[in-house]
Amino acid sequence: MSAAFLFALVGVGLFSLGLYALIVHAHLLRKILAINVMGSGVFLVLVALAKRTGESQPDAVPHALVITGIVVAVSATALALTLMLKLTAETGRAELPEDQGK
Amino acid sequence: MNWDAWIPLLVIASSLLPGLIIFFLAEDRKRLRTTLNLAGALVKLALVCWMLWGVYHEHHYETRLTLLPDLELVLRAGPLSLLFLTLSTILWLVTTVYAIGYLEDSPHRSRFFGFFSLCVTATVGVALSGNLITFLLFYELLTLSTYPLVVHRGTEVARRAGQSYLVHTIFGGALLLLGTVWLYTLTGTLEFTPRGFLNDLGEEHRPALVIIFALLIAGLGVKAALVPLHGWLPQAMVAPAPVSALLHAVAVVKAGAFGIVRVIYDVFGVDFAAGLGVTEPLAWLAATTIIYGSLRALFQDDLKRRLAFSTISQVSYITLGVAIAGPIATIGGVVHLVHQGLMKITLFFCAGNLAETLGIHKVSEMSGVGRRMPWTMTAFTIGAFGMIGAPPVAGFISKWYLGLGALEAGQEWVIFVLAGSSLLNAAYFLPILHRAWFQEPQDAWPEEHHFGNKETAWALLLPPLVTALMALGMGMLASAPFSPLGWAQFISQREFYRP
Amino acid sequence: MGALLSEISWGVVLILLPLAGGIACFLFPRAAKVLGLVSVFAVLLSVSGLGWNIKVNGIYRHAIGGWNAPLGIDLYADGLSLLMLAATALVGFGISVYSADYFEREDAARFWPIWLLLLAALNALFLSADVFNLYVTLELMGLAAVALAALAGGRDALGGAMRYLLASLLGSLAYLFGVALLYHGFGSMDIAMLAVRVEASPAVWAALGLMSVGLLLKTALFPLHFWLPPAHASAPAPVSALLSALVVKGSFYILLRLWLEIFGPLGGGVDTLFGLLGTGAILWGSLQALRQTRLKLLVAYSTVAQIGYFFISFPLAASAGVTAWSAAAYLVLSHALAKAAMFLATGNVLRFGGHDRIADLDRVVQRLPLTACAFALAGVSIMGLPPSGGFVGKWLLLQAALTQDRWDLVSVIILGGVLAAGYVFKVIGHAFTLADISHESREVPAKMEWAALLLAFGAILLGFLASPVLSLVGIGVPFGVSEVSP
Repeated sequence: MSAAFLFALVGVGLFSLGLYALIVHAHLLRKILAINVMGSGVFLVLVALAKRTGESQPDAVPHALVITGIVVAVSATALALTLMLKLTAETGRAELPEDQGK
Repeated sequence: MNWDAWIPLLVIASSLLPGLIIFFLAEDRKRLRTTLNLAGALVKLALVCWMLWGVYHEHHYETRLTLLPDLELVLRAGPLSLLFLTLSTILWLVTTVYAIGYLEDSPHRSRFFGFFSLCVTATVGVALSGNLITFLLFYELLTLSTYPLVVHRGTEVARRAGQSYLVHTIFGGALLLLGTVWLYTLTGTLEFTPRGFLNDLGEEHRPALVIIFALLIAGLGVKAALVPLHGWLPQAMVAPAPVSALLHAVAVVKAGAFGIVRVIYDVFGVDFAAGLGVTEPLAWLAATTIIYGSLRALFQDDLKRRLAFSTISQVSYITLGVAIAGPIATIGGVVHLVHQGLMKITLFFCAGNLAETLGIHKVSEMSGVGRRMPWTMTAFTIGAFGMIGAPPVAGFISKWYLGLGALEAGQEWVIFVLAGSSLLNAAYFLPILHRAWFQEPQDAWPEEHHFGNKETAWALLLPPLVTALMALGMGMLASAPFSPLGWAQFISQREFYRP
Repeated sequence: MGALLSEISWGVVLILLPLAGGIACFLFPRAAKVLGLVSVFAVLLSVSGLGWNIKVNGIYRHAIGGWNAPLGIDLYADGLSLLMLAATALVGFGISVYSADYFEREDAARFWPIWLLLLAALNALFLSADVFNLYVTLELMGLAAVALAALAGGRDALGGAMRYLLASLLGSLAYLFGVALLYHGFGSMDIAMLAVRVEASPAVWAALGLMSVGLLLKTALFPLHFWLPPAHASAPAPVSALLSALVVKGSFYILLRLWLEIFGPLGGGVDTLFGLLGTGAILWGSLQALRQTRLKLLVAYSTVAQIGYFFISFPLAASAGVTAWSAAAYLVLSHALAKAAMFLATGNVLRFGGHDRIADLDRVVQRLPLTACAFALAGVSIMGLPPSGGFVGKWLLLQAALTQDRWDLVSVIILGGVLAAGYVFKVIGHAFTLADISHESREVPAKMEWAALLLAFGAILLGFLASPVLSLVGIGVPFGVSEVSP
């Protein structure tokens, strides 16, 4: 098992872990963190798979893509946090309105 | 593109444009609205006369616009189109005059006349359609533009009638659409052609064609009020009288019946349809409807309801005529399209007059009304005799040809249906006439309005008199040139004798 | 003049113009309305320029900064892209005119920059030629859309927006995962190159699965539609219109492109699955719409149902490709116009009466005849009655289904239309009852009524424009070669 493949597997693991957390946790901060963990998983897969079979040098393109992806993820997280704060100010709890009844 | 290609489009525009303008008029712009209505109706009449003359001299009037890739919107003035077109144009003019008088000072007149014009636009489009998709387009437009007229009164009853109307027509429209697309995927054309366009289709498609026929007839049968799809029609009589006149005589049921004629003659072709074995069940269905409608009419005390069931019965004469699948019965069926229209509109106008002038809605309230409103009841009497089939009113001509046609086609059972239905017609019309002319009036009418020393307003009285006279004239002058009977013979010849 | 028109690289203009406009709106909030309207109008003109260019020269392709793929970014536009761009510009312009009167000063300063950013993202999305670029634009579109959905503030809007954001991020990440797998397998992001290289393998199936789920989630296809009704129903009317008419179409477009170029030829049962989900969407969405007591939710569920129709094309495309895809394209276009009109009309009703309870609509609808008319005309297209764009789409869809004897789909298409008639007339019926005149009303500016009406009228007009529109869409043969027509 090559190192790249191992990294990719870890990426898949992170993605699944994040998805699980996104579904089970009601608190919005946890949900946002879960999304970030999923994102890191995908980036890890991208970077790991950049070393394509049969080539000695890793491909530079996915690395560039990951940087773009991180920028997107940061802005998305910022928006999510802002929304969360507003929602908390409005309802008093950092949860989706339909989860609050539970 | 020459002038002839524009005229069908102009016929459509002559009611579409006034209709659209009227929507934007304020309620109190009465004179402008009336002018627009009448001008549109007269322009349309002039254009139709022009085309009648032209078609007689072998001109072709055809408009083609691309609708879908490989499918066109076709408006064409053939003999059958012109028959229905002329009828609806003349009756629109008359009904407009009547509606102006009838809706004097009632609310939402701009809305009413706007949809009224759209409704006639749709009817005229149905008449002029040169292929099945154009027909479908105007047929659905008719549904949409008549719904607001049915619910115009805004009461709970009207709302329920409208709902019933919608449920029936939307359902019917869906079946019609399905049949049309299916037919198109089989043939690649939808162009109305005398004697049909299915003759080249292979034997293996016959089961599919039978189902398509059933789908189309069911879709059209809803508007033509074939039993068991007739449920909406008696309910829809809550609409104002001019709307009932329009529904029963000019537009809706006629569009359905006309569509059935089209499907049998110009889509399937009579011979082909008879070969498929679909005309005979249709004839039986029509016969059932004729008897059923008449029986139900017997037991209605509400005058408009009685007339509504009578319509269900009478419109199926048209279907019966074409379903017998013989040249003479065809004449009877097609000519009844016109005759029934004139007679039934007369009756509805009269019913409207009774309601507006004296507040009479029920047959049992009509005692002695002939003395109070002699002219109205004269018109009513002519219409009623026509419905029964008594000579010399036009209805007699229809029944005569239907009967002859049935004998010629070897379908003697039809004679019994005709005779039975005529007896039933007499049974539900003659008591009304007896009550109106020969019984003593009650002490007071339910709700009387006075119009000087006239029995009612001119705008209400003239239309039924005109249509009654026309019904009488068409019966007495049936053999004159340009009479509906003449056109019907022409259409029958085209379908049966020309190679 | 003609030379000048072909000199300009309209694709670049289409992205930069709204972006610059958005920044300007942000910098000069007092002038946001004027700047916004001018920008959107300029975008409309630029789309015409691009259209003219494509009509004359065929497919448009532009390497940004002179850098070619794989390192550079290519812009690409064929007939399908043009259709989406034109729909966006037209509907966007109608909604902008409406918004000019809808938003008061403070809201306007927030609305215009985000809307122009959304417009830039949409345009870039429809012009993208590689799967990663599509990811970036998809994410941008999603973020801008969420920000717009939150604009109204308050518990419902913020909650709806939050849920929308989470669903949207989840969708994009799944999509990006698929991109990573595709790149690993075939060493390219360019759609055209992938189309040549791709062959069936477990990694490709995994990519297809991940990308489809991500995009279906963003397109809100049943049963992944859970986020749509709350988000669309709690946003301000013009925003609901933008979300329903345009934003869900963005992710659908990506899916359609990927399917046409990369995944479609691979076969497999995925198209059947899409068809099933589409069926579910039509039935579930329509029934839910019928059950609603609030007008905005009714319209939102109608969107869920109509999205189902787009997916009916997938199982039909195998042997009636051009007809089925033309149907989908036409349905997308007419739904954009009709649904925008419906949401705008709903906004007028809300503004006038202060509520959108369907049971108490009579007074409101009767005093806003233009709005009622807009709703009715849009309804005609949604029901698929002739003449309308919706009818053309359904006709083509039925034709494709009938030539293959797909009776299951035929009955769903017909039934969906009947159900749509049910919920449209549930609203329209109120225009014709006897209602008391009351005083609770607030003026509705004429521009807001006319914007809704003209958009609805556009959906009707489409019923007569099928031939030219479809021939324009056919430029660059996005749907493959025509099968033998019946």
